[in-house]
Amino acid sequence: MSTTTVPTSTEDNVWSGGNKPLNSSYGKMMMWFFIVSDALTFSGFLVAYGFSRFKNIDSWPIADEVFTHFPFLHGVDAPMYYVALMTFILIFSSVTMVIAVDAGHHMKKTKVAVYMLLTILGGAVFVGSQAWEWKNFINGEYGAVETKGGQILQFLDAETGKRVALEDFAATIPGDRVQHESKNGLWFYEEAELPSFTVQEVVTGFVNHENLVVKTEQIDESGHKIVLSREGSLQKINQTQYVVEGANLIRNEYGNRLFADFFFFITGFHGFHVLSGVIINCIIFFNVLIGTYERRGNYEMVEKVGLYWHFVDLVWVFVFTFFYLV
Amino acid sequence: MAHVAHKLSIFRGLVTFKSNQQKIWGVLIFLSIVTIIEVVLGIIKPESLMSSFLHMKIINWIFIVLTIVKAYYIAWDFMHLRDEKSGLTGSIVLPLVILIPYLAFILLVEGNYIYDVMFEGFVSWNF
Repeated sequence: MSTTTVPTSTEDNVWSGGNKPLNSSYGKMMMWFFIVSDALTFSGFLVAYGFSRFKNIDSWPIADEVFTHFPFLHGVDAPMYYVALMTFILIFSSVTMVIAVDAGHHMKKTKVAVYMLLTILGGAVFVGSQAWEWKNFINGEYGAVETKGGQILQFLDAETGKRVALEDFAATIPGDRVQHESKNGLWFYEEAELPSFTVQEVVTGFVNHENLVVKTEQIDESGHKIVLSREGSLQKINQTQYVVEGANLIRNEYGNRLFADFFFFITGFHGFHVLSGVIINCIIFFNVLIGTYERRGNYEMVEKVGLYWHFVDLVWVFVFTFFYLV
Repeated sequence: MAHVAHKLSIFRGLVTFKSNQQKIWGVLIFLSIVTIIEVVLGIIKPESLMSSFLHMKIINWIFIVLTIVKAYYIAWDFMHLRDEKSGLTGSIVLPLVILIPYLAFILLVEGNYIYDVMFEGFVSWNF
């Protein structure tokens, strides 16, 4: 047994310390209670996401149309494959962690170190994948416009039904619209970065290209976004107020503004957990290498950090479901 | 720490493994299969599962149930809840099992209500 405290007379010593309630050490139990509170935090975020989604149930972006990238496959429509891969990477790094914990129970130092290292690698690959996913999300692919009512309009080719990027049809209108910078201002304010095209250029280009139609945010009964007729599109395009490219915290080309906010917030918060998990894993890994736990006589620290690591995996399982599948 | 006894049966004793390590690989295979089912369903989106049940598509119910199954095996086998005392397991799982569905229920009902108000109101939100 790990400790030498054997209560001599059980009844008297219950409150004098040294015993383990529920057969679990102090550190491990506190890790569990931290996980419980963190799980409630995450469920708060995910439920808030569900609330916003139910509130905009007929106009929420469809994940399959947003996350379509896969590394080295340019222009290929690959919904979900990449996040599925990320899920496998994270589950696999969870498995190497359990093996490390198991090796720790058998006091096999080298095996613990090897599998800790594999876990750290898996975590790093996952964080990198998430950064790539963010990059694609922020840069956007096709661009869209926003109407006076705050609705996002995307552009389709009426014949093929495929999305069309702004740069493929926007007219070139020579103009001298310059970005307002703080050095030109009376006060210290500046405006956000100008999009590549002005509203005028996009609208003119749309009118000139007969084959283009507008895809609205609205969803029909079968779960597809409603595409307007050419006449309806021309009517709608006149209400354009902004050109939106990619995503930021204010507006995004995918649809509802809240969608990007929740994406950044929830996957960002989860990614931050993975990052801190990798850092904590590194600390424990070096402690294993220099033999701290060998001298201590138990590898319970590996087990505790393992609990945290599995929890991060567990949260991803839910984020994956609610962001990408449902 | 001397050796902790591991319970090596999963699926209510249907499958019993020889060692803890073997059990880990077994659970990994199970989780992978569940994930593959989810991904395949998400890509194909069979028409038969698109009908609505309790305000949500059947396919979404399947996703949520499969997620909870995965969460169960991660918590029970990877996080060793299966080997803990029932008091500890209960104090961890019960607050979550009670609070999260409650929170989800009230907020989703509220979200649905706000949708109805905006949909049926006299003010047009889509202009």
